[in-house]
Amino acid sequence: MDVIINGERREVSPRTTVEEVVRSLTQAPGGVAVALNDEVVPKAGWATTRLGDDDRVDVLTAVQGG
Amino acid sequence: MAGHRFSSRLITGTGGAPSLRILEDALTASGTELTTVALRRVSPDAEGSVWDVLRRNGIRPLPNTSGCFTAGDALRTARLAREALETDWIKLEVIADERTLLPDPVELLDAAERLVDEGFTVLPYTNDDPVLARRLEQVGCAAVMPLGAPIGSGLGIRNPHNIELIVEQAGVPVVVDAGIGTASEAALAMELGCDAVMLATAITRAEDPVLMAGAMRDAVAAGRGARRAGRIPVRRYAQASSPAVD
Repeated sequence: MDVIINGERREVSPRTTVEEVVRSLTQAPGGVAVALNDEVVPKAGWATTRLGDDDRVDVLTAVQGG
Repeated sequence: MAGHRFSSRLITGTGGAPSLRILEDALTASGTELTTVALRRVSPDAEGSVWDVLRRNGIRPLPNTSGCFTAGDALRTARLAREALETDWIKLEVIADERTLLPDPVELLDAAERLVDEGFTVLPYTNDDPVLARRLEQVGCAAVMPLGAPIGSGLGIRNPHNIELIVEQAGVPVVVDAGIGTASEAALAMELGCDAVMLATAITRAEDPVLMAGAMRDAVAAGRGARRAGRIPVRRYAQASSPAVD
């Protein structure tokens, strides 16, 4: 199925979790947040939240700014 | 501020530093205990992390909502920042346009009110407008952060009179945020009665960021001391410090 991860369309296997998406992008132990279709997914829910077709996932972290 | 006691009155930003190493040295030299970070999409090839720099040095991170143009954007960013950085403190920026980077007062007030309702400790970057500052305080902001001049302009404090009006009426800390170009301007902010100064590019884009960071630390302390000491009145004509006759 197709999803959009950080603005890029990607094909992932069905039942892919948010946790798997995060770990494909970063191994950082903290300082990361996830939005699924603009809604925050709390860290405790990453492993149990599965993506659906056309979902938009944004994985964000703190960077230099401001 | 918001029930938290800081010993430094200098809040810094992290944007514009030539490297993480120089940023870390500058932050250390500045003595800051509170420093802003932005929230952006993870880049798999990013080297090092500003979050690690702050944690390593015991500096509290203050996530911002930079890049947001509407209250809705700012809310979404604030919620993500709270999740990522495990803090409910948020430097609220809602910008009107890319050319001026001036705050949009209507969206700003709306976002501030909604974020306070959601339990955030809201530190809004605002125009130097005493009325807007009052409204931000009334909706429950933990501080007000009026600009001295547009972001990154280094123009200093363009309207000291307005900053004084904001300080006079405020029941929460007032932090001059943006526009500071050099140390004397940070000192002036403190002499006007502000509680703190927030700046980034004046340090990070200085020729020697670490040296400027130390200068800013000293300037904020000097300005605060001068404010507390009470300056002499301005006079039109000379007044001898030693009388000519007894």
